[in-house]
Amino acid sequence: MQAETLSMPEPTRPAPILQVSGLHKWFGALHVLRGIDFSVEAGERIAIIGGSGSGKSTFLRCLNFMETPSSGRIALDGTPLGRTTAGKPDEVRYPESELCRVRERVGMVFQQFNLFPHMTVLENAMEGLVTVKRMKKGQARERALRELHKVGLGEKTDVYPGRLSGGQQQRVAIARALAMEPEILLFDEPTSSLDPELVGEVLRVIRQLAEEGRTMLLVTHELGFAYHFATKVIFLADGVFHEVGTPDEVLKHPGQERTRAFLDRFTEFSF
Amino acid sequence: MEYSFDAALVVETFPILMRGFLVTLELWLPSLAIGLAAGLLLALARLSGSRLLRGGSLAYIELFRDTPVLIQLIWFYYAFPIIIGVQLSPFTAALLGLALNTSAYGAEIFRGGIQSIARGQWEGAKALGMRHADVLRRIILPQVFKLMLPAFTNRAVEVAKMSSLASVLSVHELMYQGRLLSSTYYRPFEILTTVAVVYFVLIYPATFLSMTLERRMAGKG
Amino acid sequence: MTYQWDFSPILARWPMLLDGLFNTVKIAVIAIILGVMVGLVLALLRLSPRRYLRLPSSVFVEFYRNTPPIVHFFWFFYALPVVLNISLDPLIAAVLALSTQSGAFYAEVFRGGIQSIERGQWEGAKALGMSHAQLMRRIILPQAATRMFAPFVERSFELVKTTALASTLAYGELLYRAMMVNSETFRPLEVYTTVALLYLVLLVSCSGLARLAEARLTAYR
Repeated sequence: MQAETLSMPEPTRPAPILQVSGLHKWFGALHVLRGIDFSVEAGERIAIIGGSGSGKSTFLRCLNFMETPSSGRIALDGTPLGRTTAGKPDEVRYPESELCRVRERVGMVFQQFNLFPHMTVLENAMEGLVTVKRMKKGQARERALRELHKVGLGEKTDVYPGRLSGGQQQRVAIARALAMEPEILLFDEPTSSLDPELVGEVLRVIRQLAEEGRTMLLVTHELGFAYHFATKVIFLADGVFHEVGTPDEVLKHPGQERTRAFLDRFTEFSF
Repeated sequence: MEYSFDAALVVETFPILMRGFLVTLELWLPSLAIGLAAGLLLALARLSGSRLLRGGSLAYIELFRDTPVLIQLIWFYYAFPIIIGVQLSPFTAALLGLALNTSAYGAEIFRGGIQSIARGQWEGAKALGMRHADVLRRIILPQVFKLMLPAFTNRAVEVAKMSSLASVLSVHELMYQGRLLSSTYYRPFEILTTVAVVYFVLIYPATFLSMTLERRMAGKG
Repeated sequence: MTYQWDFSPILARWPMLLDGLFNTVKIAVIAIILGVMVGLVLALLRLSPRRYLRLPSSVFVEFYRNTPPIVHFFWFFYALPVVLNISLDPLIAAVLALSTQSGAFYAEVFRGGIQSIERGQWEGAKALGMSHAQLMRRIILPQAATRMFAPFVERSFELVKTTALASTLAYGELLYRAMMVNSETFRPLEVYTTVALLYLVLLVSCSGLARLAEARLTAYR
């Protein structure tokens, strides 16, 4: 399925939307992210790969503050987020209102979908618009329907998520994130909890978004998809960027021994 | 607040409260033991094949669970002797009421426990050729006891609290002594607060044990 | 057993019992409403990240959960007025005792319900840019409410049964009225059996209503 060539637009007008500098994350005594510098430009599609426990999900989750960075700064459109007290540049406080504004602009799709089970599919997709963006119901409904149609679920708007397959639920989750019209979309292993036969329908939707030229970051184990999807691939290991480059560079001709070992494990059984 | 706490009175009356405390223990532990043992029998009746046993035990359980325990105690003291023709002492009536009440709640704990044991356990034991009674005794109940330990401890807490209602029948337990002392000395604040603290010291360890057991089991998954 | 049951003296005094039943329902409804408010405040304090808010609320909850209700009734009726130099009406003392005590239990129900909502729900809401207040109101509480329902009803049933203790403060609820009827008729067996059945009918019909409500509440599953 990933064999066909995709005609995806090249990133135009490179201007960093998101900048990360000196990012560290500790969980208790565990040093998960060990100093990451990184920036995302408009239109970039970045695939993040790495073994389990490499910190790739934690890294993604720091970008919309699902995890609070232990140190380092994140800047959106050149403005550093969070506030520091004079004399203590390492102690950054993140006021809730600021985090909410960031998350409005940086959408996320989770491995476990995290749909709201007490709301219908349509209500799920409208929720952010109505509650966060304070949009009028009618207008929110229109936009939510548009996104649900886009992910191929225009017919399922009045059912509750519990009635849907995993693949359908994940597509609703994508529509919910899209409805907010985010500038960046984060995908945290969006197909990892799906049955194998349902992976394709979700990847097709993500590919369609790529064709629209959206800025996206994807943490994934689907290396074949990453190769065709990404403009840039990052191999994360032990909490640092081990190798960064084009899909060809990282996935086909890795420069690092560690990257090669990782890729070998994945291609062991492929034909 | 200009109220001055009379600590000397607390010290002076404490031995009397302790006498009541002993009676509380005499009520609490036997009614818990009898109640849980009877609860097991009730649970077996509740799960038996006989409709009569099932219906009878269900009615019994609901009757005790859906009426205030204070009324049960009063009923056993004032009403029950009329049926049996023998006057009961306040202590016996209280013990009877508490034990029967506990048996109804205990039955529900056992039933929940027995039903929660996976069918595979029954099938595995039967496949070995064990008889129903043996399966229950050797395989199911040991697992139920362990599983239901937090619930039993919880019941112990409830029974300890309920035992204070025996004061209404003039059983000379802790609460009764507290009521008597507080009206004798006109110092209800000191006496009743002390009574509350003594109950807390008696009951909290059981609550703590129940929480610890629950947490440990949750940890094991 | 040659006892001749005779309900006619009790039937002749049914307005008294009816008035008692009305007072039982009244005190229960007031105490449930106040108890829910107390419970919400305690639960929010207990869920707070700040220790100086969590600790007092934990102490309050644990104290009430580990001491007998009758002690609370007597403490509010006899002890508190002495300290504050006021006098409390039996109804007010009983409502205070019931609502603080049930507040402690409700707090645990609320806290348990909120904490049972999976982390993904909090994250899903946050990722849309919702503030803490928004995600609580729109996402967490609606789901927690359905999970809190059963334990909430159970707690409220306990409260209804505990209202019988108000009789010890001479408040004219059902049991106290029954005692009065008994002292006029000398028919304890009939009187106390009747009130026990009245409680049974009250609670069984309430649990029927609760089941209907729960079915509607969880319709989305």
